[in-house]
Amino acid sequence: MTGWTGTILRVNLSDSTVTKEPLDPALAKRFIGGRGLGTKIMFDEVPPTTDPFSPDNKLVFAPGPLSGTFAPSASHFDIVTKGPLTGTIAASSSGGSFGPILKYAGYDALIVEGKAERPVYIWIKDDSVEIRDAEELWGKQTPETTEAVRAATDEEASVACIGPAGEKLVLFANVMNECNRAAGRTGVGAVMGSKNLKAVAVRGTGGVQVADPSAFREAVMTARQMIQAHPVGGTGLRVYGTDVLVNILNDTGGLPTRNFQDGYFPTAGKVGGEALTENVLVRPRGCHSCIISCGRASEVTNPKFAGRGEGPEYETAWAFGPDCGIDCLDAVTKANFLCNEFGMDTITLGSTIACAMHMYEDGILTLEDTDGIPLTFGHAEALVEMVRKTGTREGFGDKLALGSYRLAESYGHPEYSMTVKMQEMPAYDPRAIQGIGLEYATSNRGACHVRGYTIAVEVLGNPVKIDKDATEGKAQWVITFQNLTAALDASGACLFTTFGIGADELATLVSTATGVEYSTEEFMKAGERIWNLERLFNLKAGLGAADDTLPERMLKDPIKTGPSKGCVSHLDQMLPDYYQLRGWDESGVPTEEKRGQLSL
Amino acid sequence: MAKILVIHPEKCTGCRNCELACSFFHDGEFRPSTSRITVHNWEIEGFSVPMACQQCEDAPCVAVCPTGAMHIDPALNCVAWDQEKCIGCRMCTLACPFGAVFYQTPGRIIKCDLCGGEPECVAFCPTHALEYVEETDAVRGRKKAFATHLKKAFEEVG
Repeated sequence: MTGWTGTILRVNLSDSTVTKEPLDPALAKRFIGGRGLGTKIMFDEVPPTTDPFSPDNKLVFAPGPLSGTFAPSASHFDIVTKGPLTGTIAASSSGGSFGPILKYAGYDALIVEGKAERPVYIWIKDDSVEIRDAEELWGKQTPETTEAVRAATDEEASVACIGPAGEKLVLFANVMNECNRAAGRTGVGAVMGSKNLKAVAVRGTGGVQVADPSAFREAVMTARQMIQAHPVGGTGLRVYGTDVLVNILNDTGGLPTRNFQDGYFPTAGKVGGEALTENVLVRPRGCHSCIISCGRASEVTNPKFAGRGEGPEYETAWAFGPDCGIDCLDAVTKANFLCNEFGMDTITLGSTIACAMHMYEDGILTLEDTDGIPLTFGHAEALVEMVRKTGTREGFGDKLALGSYRLAESYGHPEYSMTVKMQEMPAYDPRAIQGIGLEYATSNRGACHVRGYTIAVEVLGNPVKIDKDATEGKAQWVITFQNLTAALDASGACLFTTFGIGADELATLVSTATGVEYSTEEFMKAGERIWNLERLFNLKAGLGAADDTLPERMLKDPIKTGPSKGCVSHLDQMLPDYYQLRGWDESGVPTEEKRGQLSL
Repeated sequence: MAKILVIHPEKCTGCRNCELACSFFHDGEFRPSTSRITVHNWEIEGFSVPMACQQCEDAPCVAVCPTGAMHIDPALNCVAWDQEKCIGCRMCTLACPFGAVFYQTPGRIIKCDLCGGEPECVAFCPTHALEYVEETDAVRGRKKAFATHLKKAFEEVG
């Protein structure tokens, strides 16, 4: 095979067996790879009602057919599992270099199943696969783990690992690779922790071939030129990072503030990309084969928050910044470094702390609950301390470790949690931007912006600008973005390539790499197939139409100040259209006809 | 005037497009382990250094080669390798102070050949951290600056 390696690696931690299986070409064609292949494996092998922390749950690490090539920014792989935060199918995508290097070792996917009796790590060197003792790594943070694993294996190894948060089953623990890149959302790191799996290290010395080298090179050159000519993909993200969005969203009135009590934060600019560039940026960084370079090597010298690493991204700067009423960039950046080191999702943790601050200010939480720390909005030192406590699950951190829904519910006030399907909403207020609200409500892994980034059209005007406040036509936009993103995630490309290229170019890249002809329609249909399979998994897990909603405040309480003052989400005007256009019945179940069309 | 490959590590993002372009051009597959240029990343510090053959004027690999397989190609201003004359003794890989010459079975010495005058790594570097330019005094200045940088980095990482 070309594009694909043709082999799936399976490691069972319960009985320490390692097997290699051929990749079925017909299946590869239908699900492409990455998130698609991972979801298909989960659907076929793991009953959706499985407890996420049971040994019966599995983890699929899957790059795509473009991973490992020089297709622009094709660094991505997905970790697919049943997620502990949401109870849904959970696919978490990461850049870095783990995905490409797994391909060089010869694998389209690594399936990890069972549970080790004691802490272990997996060491893959081309054909050789070992399960090794990780007793001495347990408790180490992610950079220390990476360094120790490389010292014990190979200095060139790519290391995907969990930190103390994953070990302690923090429900939104992430998996870090190359120290700075995160499979951030949905708690995939906690599933690794539940299996006593500290790390996967891989070194691959083989190659990835493509079906038509000259056509592939030409497709790559075309795609590169389109991305490099784009103001966001070619310039904005490299110069300012994703954090450039702070001022843009604030000017739109869609920057959620103080646990979504407002949509505008007057001093937001202090944590925006321009301030980041001036104050903490060391230099831009890129993942494997990246031409965009949105990564931020950064350093804080302020002794109170000193540190070095990467970040913050826009969503992180928002979650620890405006959502917590904080405009101290040093504190926000420090909180980001700590999350990378402990291995935690910055969005969910920031929003959970914001929820706790809200509850504290309303008198639901007291100093007794918060270990004597006044959790008021704007309190930067308290923020950093709470991040640390969550990473170790010490004191109040033990409750924050469950995410905002479980935290707020345990005090009898779930309405304080800004979540969909128990996952925290990211940095775009669904009252100010209608389409993204429908997107959050229908996302298959709980609230998430990178399942269908309608912000591109509703705010940024890419590829066209549409009215953010309108509800008409939004269902179709959401569906198009969701299907495109599912196919893109399956291919191994980074979402940011869509600031320059679209389904046409991605289909050509995948076709010339794999030798399987994907028309644009077939590529998009693969995305639709993946989306519907994720939906079927969630339905079998017990979720349904009642879960496709937003926090009640988003539907009833208008934004108080700023450019979107007075707005609420009109989800009810969009959701029926969405079901109908998806080919789902009124209960949100894909019809027989739709399943037939997609061969599901 | 002949051109030289100039490396600006301060512009390098660590993306490895150079390694991918190199292996694809020479071997028709994406295989960083056979790339003639290699990027070394310091992740926490956010620093990367691409390393390739320096095309030394007084090249140790040429000096130790017993058959003349490793030789200076004046047209390209580079050190070239002639497979016909190579006996596979690997002395060149031992002599190179930069680790830029290596051996791969069966019987193949791998080193930068500047792609015959149009280096693919330069064409695919997204940040112009790699340049293929005429060897002027200014370029020499940058080389010196880079060498100093490199010396410092090596001292720091031991």
